[in-house]
Amino acid sequence: MPQKIYDKVANNGLISRRYLLGIGATGIGAVASSTVLGADAVINFEIPSWSRTPGPGASAYGAPSRHAQHFQRTYRTPNATYPGGGSSRSPLQHLQGSITPNSLHFERHHAGIPDIDPSGHHLVINGLVRQALVFNYEDLLKYEMVSRVYFLECAGNSGGLLRGGNEEGTAQSLHGLVSCAEWTGIPLSALLDEAGVLPEAKWIAAVGADAASMGRSVPIDKALDDVMIALFQNGEPVMPGQGFPMRLFVPGWEGNISVKWLTQIKLTRDAAQFRDETSKYSDTLNDRSSYQFTFPMGAKSLITSPSGQMSLDRPGIYQVTGIAWSGSGSIRRVEVSADGGRTWADAAIQGLQLDKALTRFTIPWEWGGGSAVLQSRAIDSQGNVQPTRDAILAERGNISTYHNHCIQSWGVSSSGEVSNVYV
Amino acid sequence: MYKEVVLIFFAICVALSTFVVNSQERVRLGTPINEADLEGFDLIAEPDGTGFPPGGGTARQGKQVYDINCAVCHGEDGEGTSGNTIIVGGDMQSEGPPLRTVGSYWPYASTVFDFIRRAMPATAPKSLTNEQAYQVTAYVLFMNGIIDEDTELNANTLPAIEMPNADGFIDRSHIHSN
Repeated sequence: MPQKIYDKVANNGLISRRYLLGIGATGIGAVASSTVLGADAVINFEIPSWSRTPGPGASAYGAPSRHAQHFQRTYRTPNATYPGGGSSRSPLQHLQGSITPNSLHFERHHAGIPDIDPSGHHLVINGLVRQALVFNYEDLLKYEMVSRVYFLECAGNSGGLLRGGNEEGTAQSLHGLVSCAEWTGIPLSALLDEAGVLPEAKWIAAVGADAASMGRSVPIDKALDDVMIALFQNGEPVMPGQGFPMRLFVPGWEGNISVKWLTQIKLTRDAAQFRDETSKYSDTLNDRSSYQFTFPMGAKSLITSPSGQMSLDRPGIYQVTGIAWSGSGSIRRVEVSADGGRTWADAAIQGLQLDKALTRFTIPWEWGGGSAVLQSRAIDSQGNVQPTRDAILAERGNISTYHNHCIQSWGVSSSGEVSNVYV
Repeated sequence: MYKEVVLIFFAICVALSTFVVNSQERVRLGTPINEADLEGFDLIAEPDGTGFPPGGGTARQGKQVYDINCAVCHGEDGEGTSGNTIIVGGDMQSEGPPLRTVGSYWPYASTVFDFIRRAMPATAPKSLTNEQAYQVTAYVLFMNGIIDEDTELNANTLPAIEMPNADGFIDRSHIHSN
């Protein structure tokens, strides 16, 4: 039996990550979600029909297999009083690796997606500069660019967990406002240098060309550090829902500050105090004071499989996998627990371990058929440790639910059903 | 011979890197513009008064503009038609999560004008004139009990208004990394 063979490194069945590659097919269970068929079908070794007829030829722009249609974002239909508002969530429980396909990258819009003709779009830099400038799209394409893999996470991601409930929640419905892509663009510092930043400029005010003309302020130190004007996303032009023809990209910080459809950067003495940095995205604490400008997203991780609303088909060995990220650096380590956080084992990092990027982790786990609580805990390169939900609630309560990076607990019942639980 | 090859290699490297640096400096394709050209484009109205347009208005003038353009979502008296549209009332010390209304939560009056001018009404943003934006801002502040019905709001008086919750915020903008 498997439990005699593998070293157990934490309670309730976690197996050393050293065995990752050595586990054979015997004893591996299947994780099923409601959208995937079970694994018990009879195997048919007849030559299938698709091997007997030539298929269609090449196409101009690819589409996913019609048999993989469950890789879908979920989204709400906007209401009449808030046209174009709302969000879509990435299907985290299905995705593998650490790069989110462009069509599945989460979205959050404040007045819908503008249909921008780049030939009619301007990027203005004005305010406290030696010379105000305007750039057009074609000219910006001639600048030297950089490519960086970065996660992007909405400040409101995972907020529902702080208020409780959500027993039916999935990785997507609870945490789907995070994605990761390779962004290619022009360092903002190059364009600011061209305009000549005056010494009294301490902030930039960035404004989008959407119907809300959404604006956010960024301190000048950050603007001159690693902020870029992103023109490409995973190699193709930034998607309309991500800001085509260009967006600000502010690595590691709350998603709303990476202003989409960027059309203006104004150098200012102080923060412009836009609606979306005062009334929204501020964190009201239990004493009714409010944190303003909570910029870096906290060290965070999440098991994406098994996760909420999946089921384990039988006792055996499962590959637990998930994603980890931090707005303050790279992921140094991810720990996994199968007993609700009493004992922990180090997961293996699968693939790239980049600064401010999603990092895939995995660890084998033998489910013996009893109840379990699966958790993951990220530790970043600055030594930040992902906190428990209780720690977040003790620090700032749940009046506001922005910027929640607490540990997610997935309960596994003795019948193999997986659901969101609180421990 | 070996030394010469190494020296030539280094010379080529230096020449190449100089070329790259020079070519980077040559990419400067921004077109100079004047701030005056941006009137109507630059809608940023800051707490210190920077960016406020000429003109002004009172709450008394703003009532009609509000009733026509705003009341359908925000309610006749700012009571709202859904959580995000409530703009009057609220109390930071209330039981349960306080409503983030203009009067009880917003720290700067400039934000009210800035947001109305750039993003409201939601179905037709930027359709109000600057005068109307001043008038509606005045009406919203009047409904919240912050100014009188006949207080004239303009580029000088509007930024000077003190909001009730102005001291309710803890600035964390210096934290760039945890």
